[in-house]
Amino acid sequence: MQTTYFIIAGLTLGSALAAVSLRNLVHCALCLTVTFAGLAAFFLQLDAQFVGFAQILVYIGAVAILIVFAILLTRSEEGTAQPLVAGSWLVGVSVAMLVLGVLVISTLTSAAIDRKLPPQPDVSVRRIGEQLMTQYVLPLEVMALLLTAALIGAVIIALQEKKR
Amino acid sequence: MSPLHHYLIFSALLFAIGLAGALTRRNAILVLIGIELMLNAANLNFIAFWRYGPHPEAVTGVIFVIFSIGIAAAEAAVGLALVIGIYRHCQTTNLDKMNSLKG
Repeated sequence: MQTTYFIIAGLTLGSALAAVSLRNLVHCALCLTVTFAGLAAFFLQLDAQFVGFAQILVYIGAVAILIVFAILLTRSEEGTAQPLVAGSWLVGVSVAMLVLGVLVISTLTSAAIDRKLPPQPDVSVRRIGEQLMTQYVLPLEVMALLLTAALIGAVIIALQEKKR
Repeated sequence: MSPLHHYLIFSALLFAIGLAGALTRRNAILVLIGIELMLNAANLNFIAFWRYGPHPEAVTGVIFVIFSIGIAAAEAAVGLALVIGIYRHCQTTNLDKMNSLKG
């Protein structure tokens, strides 16, 4: 199990690094897809089957495709001559390193180190569905409203402007 | 299975990569990609804590991640629509050049 963990982690982190550092935007989007797939594998490894498949459907199936569409629609000739990153890139990287250091230190000094794995829970899709339709029905409706608003908003924002 | 802190450190690394990307890249779409990576790192933390928590038979963690994935999808749709709208207006996705509110 440890080996699987390290293989998936290495693949995912490498593709994530490539996704934010490559020059060609389409390559970035493809590497991002690999990252999402690796995360889905982690979800499956952690016995969250439904979330793993939802991750594949939503992220690889929808978000990655959406990003590719946006990249192709906004393809401009501003190309290779320009520097890749903003002028203050050193500040950004140091802030990220600082956040990483704080997170890792607090993880390693917390009580999470020696937590034992509980026995495998029974989380069938049926049970998740029952919970969604009974206890969490109000958040579900709010979510539906939010998604509808986001859909309409995205269409209105991206609509062609009227020629004046 | 790997212990809990392996997953936590992995997601901290993923979060840091996303943060570095969002803070340093000039292209607006790359910044959105960085934000997506950060959201995914948080989702992995939710699932890891749920699985290693005292009551994994309560599906709270899974439900939370499902809602989080939905919110992230809405965010991506609106964000990319904004990028496309700005591109129509300014003919660029370079964030350094988008420096006027009323263009």
